[in-house]
Amino acid sequence: MNSIKRSGPFTHSYNTVQKTMFTVLLALMPATLFNLYLFGWPAILLFCITIGACVAVEAGCLSLADRPVKQTLSDYSALLTGWLLAMSLPPWAPWWVGVLAAVFAIALAKHPFGGLGQNVFNPAMVGRTVLLVSFPVAMTAWVLPHPLFSAGAPGLVEAFAITFGGNMPDTMSSASALGYVKTELSRGIPVTQSMAQVPDLMDRMMGYRAGSLGETSAILILLGGLFLMYKRIISWHIPLSVMGSLFLIASIFNLVDPAHYASGLFHLFSGATFLGAFFIATDYVTSPVSKKGQLVFGVGCGLLIWLIRNFAGYPEGVAFAVLLMNGLSPIIDQYTRPRMFGRTSKGEPLPLSGGKL
Amino acid sequence: MKLYPIRGGIHPEYRKELASEKAIVVLPMPHSLYIPLQQHIGAPAEVLVKEGDRVKKGQMIARSQGAVSAPQHASTSGTIKAITEVPAPHPSGLPQTTIIIEADGLDEWGELPPSIEDPFVTDPAELRARVAQSGIVGMGGAAFPAAVKLGLGAQKKLDTLLLNGAECEPYLTCDDRLMREYADEIIDGARIMARALGTPRIVIGIEENKPQAAEIMTRAAAAFPMIEVFTVPVQYPMGSERHLVQAITGLETPARKLTADLGIVVHNVATTRAVHHAVRFGRPLLARVVTVSGAAIRTPNNILTPIGARVTDLIDFCGGFVARPESIVNGGPMMGQPLSSLEAPVVKGTSGILALTAEEINDKPTSPCIRCGTCVTICPCGLSPLDMAAFIKKDKLDVSAKLGVMDCVSCGSCSWACPSHIPLVHYFNYAKGVLRDLDAETRKSDRIKSLAEVRTIRLEKAAEAKRAALAARKPAAQSATAEEKVSA
Repeated sequence: MNSIKRSGPFTHSYNTVQKTMFTVLLALMPATLFNLYLFGWPAILLFCITIGACVAVEAGCLSLADRPVKQTLSDYSALLTGWLLAMSLPPWAPWWVGVLAAVFAIALAKHPFGGLGQNVFNPAMVGRTVLLVSFPVAMTAWVLPHPLFSAGAPGLVEAFAITFGGNMPDTMSSASALGYVKTELSRGIPVTQSMAQVPDLMDRMMGYRAGSLGETSAILILLGGLFLMYKRIISWHIPLSVMGSLFLIASIFNLVDPAHYASGLFHLFSGATFLGAFFIATDYVTSPVSKKGQLVFGVGCGLLIWLIRNFAGYPEGVAFAVLLMNGLSPIIDQYTRPRMFGRTSKGEPLPLSGGKL
Repeated sequence: MKLYPIRGGIHPEYRKELASEKAIVVLPMPHSLYIPLQQHIGAPAEVLVKEGDRVKKGQMIARSQGAVSAPQHASTSGTIKAITEVPAPHPSGLPQTTIIIEADGLDEWGELPPSIEDPFVTDPAELRARVAQSGIVGMGGAAFPAAVKLGLGAQKKLDTLLLNGAECEPYLTCDDRLMREYADEIIDGARIMARALGTPRIVIGIEENKPQAAEIMTRAAAAFPMIEVFTVPVQYPMGSERHLVQAITGLETPARKLTADLGIVVHNVATTRAVHHAVRFGRPLLARVVTVSGAAIRTPNNILTPIGARVTDLIDFCGGFVARPESIVNGGPMMGQPLSSLEAPVVKGTSGILALTAEEINDKPTSPCIRCGTCVTICPCGLSPLDMAAFIKKDKLDVSAKLGVMDCVSCGSCSWACPSHIPLVHYFNYAKGVLRDLDAETRKSDRIKSLAEVRTIRLEKAAEAKRAALAARKPAAQSATAEEKVSA
């Protein structure tokens, strides 16, 4: 028997932080495998480099802070950050993009705040955003899908040249649908016309399109997201409110002025909407804890994504939108606490007569 | 049978099958019984016997003192061996005044009060007096004197007596067994209590994981149209008084009010049976059914145990340990208290003794909060455990009080679910203790201040009166000299 007595309970669910993180990694697996296949060896190299760098930086930070390194690494949080970060990078980006983004994600966004659970901003999105702002060319060098072993796909040797030598073959580059539509619009070509040039809806749903390393397949990301809901790791509140609000506002403006505003469906199945809604905005640490707060947070993300995509300098806005809402999470939390049992939403005891719900 | 949803809650592993099919067995009378003077909420009882006295079974050996208290009775016949300090069945293990009876093995009944022939025409006050005299306290665990709770009928208008047969704590099966084996006694006791309370309606709430109990109770209640049996969903903490009331009636008890303010009084089924014995046979509360369970126990069982038997007697009766127990728990695993000594006695509120292995407890080192929000989602009281714990950690107890820490019922759901194994309830219990002390301190100093003010006013008034009297006695001409004298 223990000599120091702690309050109960003397039983515990089998849920752990490690198990939670591992389940998220499992949910990311289908989309990741598909995209690694789609973008081939350079993507696989970048993926490994980014994750390796995140874990290495985490280990460095932990040992600097005199915290247990091995034990903390086994919570898989750095692995997950690296994974999501890699998924948000251009698939054929050079090695230093992954390494630098990892440094910003872990050493800047996570550990100065106190490590796991303490960071205000989503580390992966900080890593991606800092790189996007600092190296806009490298961070928007998209490629068309080049599935592994298909004709014209780079082999392992060429991949090394691409990732480590910076020899990005010009012929393979492509624009993302969001970027293309935006550029065309700035040249005076209406959305209705440029839309004919982007991959059709089916390709974009399945994921056969240019885009970040892990974001292209809406279907597979949805599959992972549903798995997380089934496992009760996430709830529907954030994904549905992000996508619902984005779809709604895009559809309304599309109805009013189709020449300037792309449709709701286009916004849903472009860029990182699905990845963001299911895996980025739902990050526990940086999103509100109450369901009500999560709805507010999600709607905020959805509206910001649309605003940034349409009116800001960048064609894609998921990372910016999530970061902006991350900053609001603490205050959203404060105003969306659940109603206490037997009390009004203001915290006063319920009146006796009004006890009936 | 319409039910209402309750907020949050969890589904722990119930492990009731360890003991649920074991019929109640009687513990052979131990050689010595240890009867603490305080087994209930309120003032401890006052000793009526001295060392060397012979006592008979059912004899009152300590009487209640104060409005909220309960007497103690000898659970068997024998000699008073000592009245001394013995470790209490409490996590502190602090000693508590206890009457030790050496059993003579005869188990000879003393003189009991007469049975009340027809309780349903008896004055409610007389029924309450009988319950008070019989030392009956709430047997669901809180051990609040039952007679005081029955007295609510005289103060408030009540319409429902709600019998709590939810038994939502994992492992515990004592109420389940009682309902299966003594349904008629429970129903009779409930009708007597309804009479004492003046409620026209009795509702019995039983969790769905006790289908036999629900069926047997329904059958036993069939003859009485005033009684309804509800099966409620399995959702911990369904057995919490306020939550059970909400699930069955849809009424939400306002903060700082009682369910009685809504016209509903809740009693545990075991208490009800004790009332039946007290009223029908004059027998005080001398024994209770205790579930002894846990993977470290050789043969888990439901044991009718005389009040005052030691935990070690129960464990020996169950064949001792088969594995090293990591913790011995008094009560259920969710809200029970750790026991620091196996020498501690079984008291009226002891519903279970659990010897749990490390695997069952599944404790792990605490890791940082990842703000998953599970605690917020499942808190049945609508609190934000992670925020309260964060403020308590920084010693900002006033903020945690604003966030509602005093409304926490310590059900343990948040601690159970936390993936980071943060001992949230431990933080809240700490904060509640400190805040209660602070509150008592403030009240005390306020009282002293107001008393001091009253005293000053009284002294001033007395001085005034004295002066007035003096002035009245002496002629006005001499008033100048009088004033001189005073100033001198």
